[in-house]
Amino acid sequence: MERNLHRQLANMKKSLFDQGYLDEQFIQLEELQDAANPNFVEEVVTMYYRDSARLIQNIDHALEKNPLDFAKLDNYMHQFKGSSCSIGAKKLKNECTQFKEYCETGNGEGCKRTFQQVKKEYAALKKKLEHYFQFARQVGPVEKACRPK
Amino acid sequence: MSVPSSSLSRKSGDGVSDQFPAGLRVLVVDDDPICLLILEKMLKKCLYEVTKCNRAELALNYLRENKNGYDIVISDVHMPDMDGFKLLEHVGLEMDLPVIMMSADDGKKVVMKGITHGAVDYLIKPVRIEALKNIWQHVVRKNKDEYKGKDCEQTGSVEDGEQQQKPPEDAEYSSSANEGNWKNSKKRKDEEDEAEERDDTSSLKKPRVVWSVELHQQFVTAVNHLGLDKAVPKKILELMNVPGLTRENVASHLQYRLYLRRLSGVSQHQNGLNNAFMGPTDATFGSMSSFNGIELQALASSGQLPPQSLAIIQAAALGRATNKSPVPVPLVDQRNLFSFESPKLRFGEDSLLNNNSKQINLLHGIPTNMEPKQLATLHQSAQSLGNLNMQLQSQSSQSGSLLTQRPQSQPRTPLLNEINGSHVSTLPSSLGQPIMSQALPSSVLPRNGIENVRGGTFGSVSQPSSALDFSVNHGTEFPGNSFPLMSNSGIPILTSKGMLQEEVKSEMKVPRGYLPNYDTFDELNQNRTQDWGVQTDGSTFDVSQHSNLQGSLDVSPSILVQQGFSSNLKSEQSRNIPVSKATFAVGDSRAGNISNPSQQLNSSPADISQRIKAERLPNMGFQNTFFPEQFGQDDLMSALLKQQQEGTGAVESEFGFDGYHLDNLPV
Repeated sequence: MERNLHRQLANMKKSLFDQGYLDEQFIQLEELQDAANPNFVEEVVTMYYRDSARLIQNIDHALEKNPLDFAKLDNYMHQFKGSSCSIGAKKLKNECTQFKEYCETGNGEGCKRTFQQVKKEYAALKKKLEHYFQFARQVGPVEKACRPK
Repeated sequence: MSVPSSSLSRKSGDGVSDQFPAGLRVLVVDDDPICLLILEKMLKKCLYEVTKCNRAELALNYLRENKNGYDIVISDVHMPDMDGFKLLEHVGLEMDLPVIMMSADDGKKVVMKGITHGAVDYLIKPVRIEALKNIWQHVVRKNKDEYKGKDCEQTGSVEDGEQQQKPPEDAEYSSSANEGNWKNSKKRKDEEDEAEERDDTSSLKKPRVVWSVELHQQFVTAVNHLGLDKAVPKKILELMNVPGLTRENVASHLQYRLYLRRLSGVSQHQNGLNNAFMGPTDATFGSMSSFNGIELQALASSGQLPPQSLAIIQAAALGRATNKSPVPVPLVDQRNLFSFESPKLRFGEDSLLNNNSKQINLLHGIPTNMEPKQLATLHQSAQSLGNLNMQLQSQSSQSGSLLTQRPQSQPRTPLLNEINGSHVSTLPSSLGQPIMSQALPSSVLPRNGIENVRGGTFGSVSQPSSALDFSVNHGTEFPGNSFPLMSNSGIPILTSKGMLQEEVKSEMKVPRGYLPNYDTFDELNQNRTQDWGVQTDGSTFDVSQHSNLQGSLDVSPSILVQQGFSSNLKSEQSRNIPVSKATFAVGDSRAGNISNPSQQLNSSPADISQRIKAERLPNMGFQNTFFPEQFGQDDLMSALLKQQQEGTGAVESEFGFDGYHLDNLPV
């Protein structure tokens, strides 16, 4: 039974990777987990979602302004991107990069469009990770970091 | 990792040496709490001692409070309260710790910026633990190089070199009556300086690179060669080809120069002098180099640059060098910075220091470094310098006055040049002061004040402005010290120089009584990381203080001057006189220093010019640390020389003042 759970968890993780939600960085975080910090990854991700919510709001407000302050947008997005890639959120990172490119070219429409994507991915990942961590807690704290096959 | 723990233990504090790199003390700065947390965890996994900080200001506080409490700093590029590059600069200048930049931004421009600002590495986020596992290499590298550099510096440093050179030089030039005095004092100074320096340098805690005059010269040369735009630390380092010197050293030095240039540029509008040193970014740089020869010549020909101005220029240059006041650079840094220019500046250093403007540097260098003999010459030049200062202040044609002054002092043209550049203002002060004996008002002229003094004292020097300008423009390293003094007034300058030096010292902890201490100056430089500029504020030229200086200077100044000059001239080629510390030992009859062609402030323009032409200004071991590159002393000197003679060859800029061989002074 446990093995099943473990396997299930492993599969979950694998699918997250396969679908491009997560990347290598996530593994790096998991490798930092140890007996002293068994839920390190979860803690970090939780902190991320708490912190980045503020950034999302700022960007939303900035996008409503007219004319758009691309420098500011770029700045916000830079911060958001930094955090996102730190937890290994791959798809999210790519959307952020796209957003920044639009900022550089001054493409307001492109920015707004991309940001919608960003928010979508952001929400999707959050759900998936929540699910994952919930499951991981069930399975047991000794979930070793393992690369998806 | 097999690193010699013993050497490392010192720097990493206690305890951890054996398990190095475990226990490496890392300071992480990032405004993103997520990244900060992750980094902390990763670094802890590498067994490092981590301190995290989410604000740059806070990080600087930590670093300042606990100077040796950290081995390496990792900082994000984009931070709300302070730009990561700014923090990088500060850390490099103040603490000289290796700094790693990191960012999610992997654009080439940003990465390049990190490198040119002196970061030892640039990590792209997300940072992997593997990247962090190796950061200890930067610590080892830096310490190793610094230590080695320091050693090299020490051996070749002014202090050492000078000391070693002193005896032979003394013997050679012991013709002036004052020489003995100077020599003695100089020796004393040297020893003191050395001792002090040793304390600084021999400590392995954080070995700093001593930017001796020679080293600085090389730096200047490299930068000039590359051109301002292209003078990036790596290339400069390659061109310099100094064993043991790290890119970080060069980068910080460059930054410092940039900083100084910014300061000087603001104050003096000199484009020439400091430009060169200000760093590639500064436009002045370019102007400076160009200025050197051309301007000098122009100035010279226009006769605008009376010897005095030359002195002033030098002073200015010196001052410029010391313009660091705003930057809380440790003395060491200053020393470093100025070492190149300082030889010359030493004299004016004292005075220059006061002036935050670079000018002071020049001045300081002059008097301080000059040996008694030189002082004599300096006296004369000082007077002229005094004028110069005045002129410098106005930054008008520098060459005129300075050059004219040269006749007497010959040697210091380069100084003047330098001074002109940045220290125009300082010159006056410095000159004024030492020369006080002659006519200098006793008030020590703070850099800014120097001008006043100069005006007063150097009544004769009427062209300070021009002279100063000259130096200012040059940005060449003008061993301001030697020059101003040497110029015209010869003795006056000497005195002033000596005084300046003393003055400077006092401020900078220089033993005052010792006048032409190039050594002192070195010491100053070394010991004082403070901005030279700061020091010159008023206190440097305590003319009264330097009574002894003056006294000594007074001794047949003319003779001294001449001798000093001649000796300088002779040594002209001795650019490479280890400029460290007191190359300019005025009394030292170190002909070498001043002999640099550019430096030759020789009183007689003709003589000087000739000499200068022939000789390259010896590295003004004068105050190696003293003159910030701003002035391209060499350029300045050469420029000055040119003025004098119409075409003085660009001097190596080492205003090796210390070699005022009075004997050589053309009487």
